Amino acid sequence: MIAFFVNFPLFSIVLCLLCAVLCALLKGKAARIVSLSLCGVVAVLAFCVLVYGLQTGAATEYPMGHYPHPWGNELRFGIAEPLVALVFAVVMLLCLIGGKQQLDVDLEPGKRNLYYVMCDLVLVSLLALAYTNDVFTGYVFIEICTIASCGLLMIRQIGRTTLAATRYMIFSLIGSGLFLLGVILLYGVTGQLLMPSLKAAIAALWEGGQYRTALLSAMTLMTVGLAIKSGLFPFHLWMPDTYAYSTPASAGILSGLVSKGYSFLLIKLVFGVFGTDVFYGSGVSNVLYVFGALGIIVGSISAAREKDVFRMIAFSSAAQIGYLYFGIGLTPALGMLAAIFHLLTHAVTKPLLFLAAGQLGEAAGGRLRHTWRGAAHRNRTAGLMFSLGAFSMIGIPLTMGFVSKYRFALAAFERPTLLVVTLIVLAVSTVLNAMYFMRVIIGIYTPVPERRTRMTLREQRPFAVSSLLLALLNLSAGVAAQPLVLLLERGLSLL
Amino acid sequence: MQGFWEQVWNVRIPIAAVLLFAVGFVTLLLHRNLLKKIIGLNIMDTAAYLMLTSFGYIEGRLSPIIQNGNTDPALYGNPLPAGLVLTGIVVSVSVTAVLLALTVRLYARYHSLNLDEIYAMAQKEHGLG
Repeated sequence: MIAFFVNFPLFSIVLCLLCAVLCALLKGKAARIVSLSLCGVVAVLAFCVLVYGLQTGAATEYPMGHYPHPWGNELRFGIAEPLVALVFAVVMLLCLIGGKQQLDVDLEPGKRNLYYVMCDLVLVSLLALAYTNDVFTGYVFIEICTIASCGLLMIRQIGRTTLAATRYMIFSLIGSGLFLLGVILLYGVTGQLLMPSLKAAIAALWEGGQYRTALLSAMTLMTVGLAIKSGLFPFHLWMPDTYAYSTPASAGILSGLVSKGYSFLLIKLVFGVFGTDVFYGSGVSNVLYVFGALGIIVGSISAAREKDVFRMIAFSSAAQIGYLYFGIGLTPALGMLAAIFHLLTHAVTKPLLFLAAGQLGEAAGGRLRHTWRGAAHRNRTAGLMFSLGAFSMIGIPLTMGFVSKYRFALAAFERPTLLVVTLIVLAVSTVLNAMYFMRVIIGIYTPVPERRTRMTLREQRPFAVSSLLLALLNLSAGVAAQPLVLLLERGLSLL
Repeated sequence: MQGFWEQVWNVRIPIAAVLLFAVGFVTLLLHRNLLKKIIGLNIMDTAAYLMLTSFGYIEGRLSPIIQNGNTDPALYGNPLPAGLVLTGIVVSVSVTAVLLALTVRLYARYHSLNLDEIYAMAQKEHGLG
């Protein structure tokens, strides 16, 4: 039975594509049901693949169309890939459930099904980015992901989102253009597109000292392309508009999942294509480290200066992306582990924050911080969930955020020359995080003379259910982090 | 010195492709006019395809279809890049279509193609931020 699980990555990808086509034909409500069940099914399938990976204890290469190794297109999965796919599917499901109230308002009646088409396409591209073993397939799904996430953005028809979608597209296309050029250069030098063959060819060329410049440029182009797409400083300026003006479900999906898909692809490339020796030996990693550190500081400062709470959370995303690349650039073992743990932390936390902020914004009747005074008294669930998400972002113990900060600090000791810098960046960003999040939390819990009726739990059941589940995920992974860390460690060794 | 120019001549197509790519890249990044940005995007993508296509053509070799029963791969060019380019073209056409649709929408709302002007107007429309 378990041997059959090997087909599930392919099944989940094909299923997403089928559902996307189906949703285009269905009415809004039916499309919603199809998409929600799709996310559930994909999560179950990913879990099965995870079980398969744990059972075999090795990475599996799945040839599509049964062509032998260097010719066909392949999927590849060990432990990290299905785990990430599982988190993506679950978080997407919870985003779609939790954002229902605002989705009902923001989606034009008669066009609701199209939103779910885009969701299915985002899910398929995330799955493909996680599972693929072929860099050109990676490029194609990067573009599909760009178009679909642009759809998720512009579904809310105010001028600001159209503008945000345009800027998002422009930055994304610059990123994917660079990635494509990098892939082509690599192909020109090595004649390979499958990751294992590329890795062998690159290692041989690097060893022999041939094509150093070409390899280095290809590596830089691909890394920079993916970094731009996930919004690393100084290319984070599209983020505030993109996340802050879209409907909360889209904001959660875009900030929590889409940018993580690209980062995970980069982690896969570092291990599976460039090889850690070449990547960390060439100095590209140091560039990521520097820009990651700058991204953390600049993102946090911009967030602290922001009066609009949604934009504040979006700028905090820029800082979190900085963390990811900071970890990738730090060291191949512990730094990478911290980065991938943080990837999951942020994927679980940021949607919670955006969903809760959506509810609070409605309760407060505004977007700016000063209008939020006392909002948590009007909507207690949302206030509680927002605080929990903020605690996780700051890194308060018992939350997942604490564990990621702890892993980053541990990783710092693996590279003694950068120890002081790393710890200072961590400390400064934690203080800044605490500063701007606590300011909002204190604001929303400030008692004000009651003007409006309180939102009951029953009125916001979808939000309450999904945010509670996201919070539980966060807390359970924060309290019992060790199994997850061990799982990720094994996963990284198989990448 | 003769050897150097010969080397440059041998990589003339990749050099041209990289120059074109840079032209497209800078246009996409820095131009304020949306239509010109889209044109820049297309130049950039086409440059990438030019480079890829040039890897498929190997001087003095036959087109990659078996001729006269000769199965020695050293006789033929590389058919794979053409397939990749075809895929890439489909991708860039759809991306261009989406961007053009966005441009139409922005123009209908703000009556401008200049991104800075549109940004200023959108900011006014939504107040702070």
